[in-house]
Amino acid sequence: MTCDEAEVMLHALIDDELDAGHVRDVEAHAATCQRCAAQLAAYRDLQQAMQRNNLRYRAPASLRRSIDRVVPSAATTSRRTLLKGFAIGSLASAVAASGLTLLVVRDDLDKRILGEAVSAHLRSLQADHLTDVLSSDQHTVKPWFNGRIDLAPPVIDLTAQGFTLIGGRLDFIDGKPVAAIVYRRRVHVINLFVAQGVDTPVASPRLESVQGFNVRRWTDQGLNFLAISDLNRDELEEFATKFERVARPATG
Amino acid sequence: MAYEAGVDRDKAERFRLAALPYLDDVYTLARYLLRNNADAEDAAQECYLRAFRHFETFRGGPIKPWLLAILRNVCRAEYARRGTLAGTLSDNLDETECATAKLWSEAPSPETETLQRLDGETVQRLIAQLPQAFREVIVLREINELSYREIADVTGVPVGTVMSRLARGRALLRAAWLAKEKG
Repeated sequence: MTCDEAEVMLHALIDDELDAGHVRDVEAHAATCQRCAAQLAAYRDLQQAMQRNNLRYRAPASLRRSIDRVVPSAATTSRRTLLKGFAIGSLASAVAASGLTLLVVRDDLDKRILGEAVSAHLRSLQADHLTDVLSSDQHTVKPWFNGRIDLAPPVIDLTAQGFTLIGGRLDFIDGKPVAAIVYRRRVHVINLFVAQGVDTPVASPRLESVQGFNVRRWTDQGLNFLAISDLNRDELEEFATKFERVARPATG
Repeated sequence: MAYEAGVDRDKAERFRLAALPYLDDVYTLARYLLRNNADAEDAAQECYLRAFRHFETFRGGPIKPWLLAILRNVCRAEYARRGTLAGTLSDNLDETECATAKLWSEAPSPETETLQRLDGETVQRLIAQLPQAFREVIVLREINELSYREIADVTGVPVGTVMSRLARGRALLRAAWLAKEKG
């Protein structure tokens, strides 16, 4: 084998692309040729140096959403149908509850946000989609959001209060990026979505149920919070109360 | 009609299961080829759109090279558009080959010294600065982890060309890495 041949073949060697016979040929050449041996070592070193870094880019959440729009998942479609059913159902019960004196109909935006929160929650429960940053350490999760979203969500460890911090994720609701902080209580996942709330504050904290999920919403210091889970109403209320109690002194 | 919708939904679901796991791979290659986030996002989206539309023509086997080949075509269209806009095709492959042949002869021969650690973003920039023909084989091999045969299929050149481009690309990258270390 000549040096010219070896110079190209040594790349195939480090890439595991050679059969046993050629491996022997290249190695035999390198054993007798200092220059080619040096190259082999140098490119092995380069390959290892590259592998020490994560050189991949992560597809942004907005890209995933665009593709979801073009290639809708079957799950999303049926969820939409469910949601429509819910809207009519809630209207009917609102009419019944109010005795027709006061008809409370949520505006479209409100309905859309709730629907999308449910979709985002369901999406997050699918395999491998729960967290982008997996950590029970609030000091790891909070800085992860830096530069990914134009707000600094309060990330609070509530393990001592019975709600385990799992991690964080970037998600989208109503076309806007939101921070999702993920907690677990026993087997129940809680997604806490945090978004800019200056324009659309939640007047007073409220607890609702949508498609079998409980949703607690509140506004604090210009941020809108939406906690959603299949956890029962009392425990979700407990979660929100404890979160607010710890968040206040920490951020204020 | 209901039947048709059911079939479409089935196709969409099969496509999602097969193709979505490689979204980061597609986006990564797009990001290296186009060198900015917005264009990479557009290209990756276009790639998935085309892939979905032509999913029937996918003949099985590994889907990653198939997706990356589509992505590469989308990126080449983007190069052409940029070329028209700028009046020149600065990243043209043939020109690149010529320019790099010169660089190559000037590239220092690899020494055995061990490369120092650089942070990920710096290495990403070094790769992004490689001429297009070498950049794409480096990314396809080292980051997308394709075999030589698959790289040859994606880039439409013989395996021998893949090997020689990889050899040159690595020589340039190592030289750039050493230069960066020295400041």
